[in-house]
Amino acid sequence: MSGISRKRGFGAAQIILFLSIAILVVVVAVPVLLIFFNAFWVNGTFNVRDVLRIIGEPDTWQALVNSLIIAAGTTIGSTIVGTFFAWLVTRTDLPCRRFMKGMFMVPFMLPSFIGALAWKMLLSPRAGFINRFFMVHFGLSGPIFNIYSYAGIMLVEVMYLFPFVFIQVCGALERMDPTLEESARISGAGLFTITRKITIPLVLPSILSGALLIMLYSMAHFGTVAVLGIENGIFNIPTLIYQRIHQSAGSFASIRTGTVLATVLVVTAAFIIWLQGKILSKGHYQIIAGKSFRPMELKLRALRLPLFLFCTVWIGFTILLPTAVIFLVGGLKTYGLAFTWENLSLDNYKFILFRYRVTRDAIWNSVTLGLAAALITMFAGVMISWVIVKMKVRGKGILEFLGMLPFSVPGSVIALGVILAWSGKYGVNLYNTVWIILVAYIARYMAFSLRANSAALEQVHDSLVEAARVSGATMWQALKDIVLPLVRPGMLAAFFLIFLPALRELTVSIMLYAPTTRTIGVAIYTLNEDGETVMSAALAGIALIIIVTGQLLVDRFIGRKNAG
Amino acid sequence: MEELIQVEAVAKSYGKHQVHRDLSLSIRQGECFTLLGPSGCGKTVLLRLIAGFEAPDAGRISIGGRVVSDPAGGVDVSPDRRGLGMVFQDYAVWPHMTVFDNVAYPLKIAKMSRQELTDRVMETIAMVGMAGLEKRLPSELSGGQQQRVALARALAARPSLLLLDEPLTNLDANLREEMRFEIRELQRKLDTTVLYVTHDQEVALALSDRLAVMDETGRIRQTGSPWEIFERPADPFVFNFMGTANFLPVRREGDDWLVGGGVQKISAPPKIDLSPGSSPASGLLYAVGFRPSDVRIAQPGAEVGLRGIVRRASFLGAMMDYLVEVDGATLRTAIETHEALSGGLMFRDGDSCVVSFLDLHWFDAEKLTGVVEL
Repeated sequence: MSGISRKRGFGAAQIILFLSIAILVVVVAVPVLLIFFNAFWVNGTFNVRDVLRIIGEPDTWQALVNSLIIAAGTTIGSTIVGTFFAWLVTRTDLPCRRFMKGMFMVPFMLPSFIGALAWKMLLSPRAGFINRFFMVHFGLSGPIFNIYSYAGIMLVEVMYLFPFVFIQVCGALERMDPTLEESARISGAGLFTITRKITIPLVLPSILSGALLIMLYSMAHFGTVAVLGIENGIFNIPTLIYQRIHQSAGSFASIRTGTVLATVLVVTAAFIIWLQGKILSKGHYQIIAGKSFRPMELKLRALRLPLFLFCTVWIGFTILLPTAVIFLVGGLKTYGLAFTWENLSLDNYKFILFRYRVTRDAIWNSVTLGLAAALITMFAGVMISWVIVKMKVRGKGILEFLGMLPFSVPGSVIALGVILAWSGKYGVNLYNTVWIILVAYIARYMAFSLRANSAALEQVHDSLVEAARVSGATMWQALKDIVLPLVRPGMLAAFFLIFLPALRELTVSIMLYAPTTRTIGVAIYTLNEDGETVMSAALAGIALIIIVTGQLLVDRFIGRKNAG
Repeated sequence: MEELIQVEAVAKSYGKHQVHRDLSLSIRQGECFTLLGPSGCGKTVLLRLIAGFEAPDAGRISIGGRVVSDPAGGVDVSPDRRGLGMVFQDYAVWPHMTVFDNVAYPLKIAKMSRQELTDRVMETIAMVGMAGLEKRLPSELSGGQQQRVALARALAARPSLLLLDEPLTNLDANLREEMRFEIRELQRKLDTTVLYVTHDQEVALALSDRLAVMDETGRIRQTGSPWEIFERPADPFVFNFMGTANFLPVRREGDDWLVGGGVQKISAPPKIDLSPGSSPASGLLYAVGFRPSDVRIAQPGAEVGLRGIVRRASFLGAMMDYLVEVDGATLRTAIETHEALSGGLMFRDGDSCVVSFLDLHWFDAEKLTGVVEL
């Protein structure tokens, strides 16, 4: 038999293909399909009328409308803010532009529900520090701003989501071939005409694609609405799903309502992604050159200082103030006390880290879940990407579709699907265990891993592997000696792309947690709900430290890798 | 000479696209054999079939007397067990390994002892002119240097057969010329058999002991030495593929051979029976093929030949290029500028001239279908 195999490729390749399909079907396809199935099938018959009835109920209808209102407001606000700041830092003589650019990206790192928590402390109608300050010192009878409102929710979401547009537009403006603008200038156009007629239309695809990303995110966003909306009865789709299932402890009716709402969410999300694909595919004209040039700069003249101050104030209000409030409140003995030295201590932080069972468990759970999800997803991602990118087999289109599906499936939908699939109805009951959260994380983050790994694998040309084969290496040797070392950076990127977001995950975990399986996000949220504001803030502070440190380490590490 | 590679009646298709059918070829021990053909003709597929990256649908391939591919017999030896060296078009030098490690890899796989390995690697690196660069990473090398590393890696294990897949395509013209002599040199020194795939007829002529010309459909049109292929092309396709070619239609009227639609005579072909079975009746079409350099152009009345009109005169620096019309048919001719100046042969558009031929190849006109329009 030496070296002679009867049928080519049978064995390793088939096993890999089968495993890849199996993983994606079990982890991604089954939960999503179960949602549709439960939404449309009642007692074994296909029933659309019932679905429409549920959508027509006042509560559900209101949640749908709210989701749309909040998403629309947030998208418009973020797009204006993001585009404006991007233009300021790339095309004007604003002072400290590089620093500003870095600061405008910081909100990316901060979990928006922690931001919402901070703003609740600052602007809640009666107890909010800013509102109280004005009421006490200026004798106002009511709050100057009520954060428990549509405007409040949208404001907070804009603060933490505008970087999606900012980054896209910055990139486009920086890469844009300046000759396009220069030729307009030679034709006699003034700088404002050029900006209006040439620059803006050319970066419009980037603006739109960033805007749709925000829309997608905001539609399915749980944290901010949960923290700020529930007080005044403002629900969007994810918070309503959570509330229904949480209140009724998973009754049939609540799950059905959940599946119907989830279906609406999935369909909307799919539409948004389709739209984005369309814009991206025809929007990128040949305007964007790969090299970076030095673009024209607008002299701000008299506006230079006012705009600089505006940016500084914005950064102060969106980053420094909320962060400071979180850490200060976290240091208070009791919520409501003044920020004086005798009221502040590190006791809460020590308590949370070393003695308080709930938070210690939460930190442990988040770290282990994040590590496990990142590791599993990283390895599964390499394997599946290998099939998608390198193997010439039929049926890999399905893999591609399944792998990217979670991009259009919001977290609360994945959580609901996982509940349906893993609650014992099909033989395995993971409900109320930490495993169900792990399964949901894997489903949620698989797409991240596939993206990073596919990109890395596309760089590995087939001939590199073939060169190893003719050198006498077996398939496995070639994978080990050539492919693995070359995709390692992609795998590492995938790991951190999953580990860091998983640390602060809330949307999925909140639907799946049990008393002993809280994650950091869940613990912050539930402590706040239970009125343990100082503990919640202290834990949020610790979470911020972990997240920012992690991010800085990754940036440093990956930055150095790229430089070397 | 003994045959090293034997390809017998091989067929290969991808879905509905049939790349090869009933293809046979043999390559002799120790020769440098080139597979020459236009891009997309399936020459790379044939190379990959021999290397073992693809399996034939039918037929048989043996290397050194051992059957390596035989779908009917259920034999399919994987590439790592065929004992070959191969150089790829895109170099395929492993970017995460130094030059030394790249070249050493086949030897490490073969579990060669440490000392022997180091000696062999250094010897091979020196052989391709890369001594002193063995600690470099591929990213620190030029394209030509990377291709040398790829060559060294393919030769490190001293394979009996070296496969080269258009290895010079990505190099600039000077480097290409240099490398092709070096490859030839190495092949002689190591006494390896080389199978070289290219679409560049110049490389093929310069490098090969023998070459095979393949057409777009993957059929081998002619196999032979460079001289045979160039001087005795089997058909219009080969003639056309080996360089700029002119074809003039010729018809027969009685004992006369007439060019184009006119009545000017051309000397009779050396053998009358061009294709067996076709009677030498009147009106039957033939074609004569010739290179631009095989045309002599002269002032009208100065020489015997075909009368024509210069339709386009192009000055290309060292050469003058004329497009000449002879009774409705056109041909191109090239003459050195200084010769044209001294001989009074600087024609302008619309001038009359006389052309005669140094060397004519006779073909059946119907064989030109798909090669050129007459």
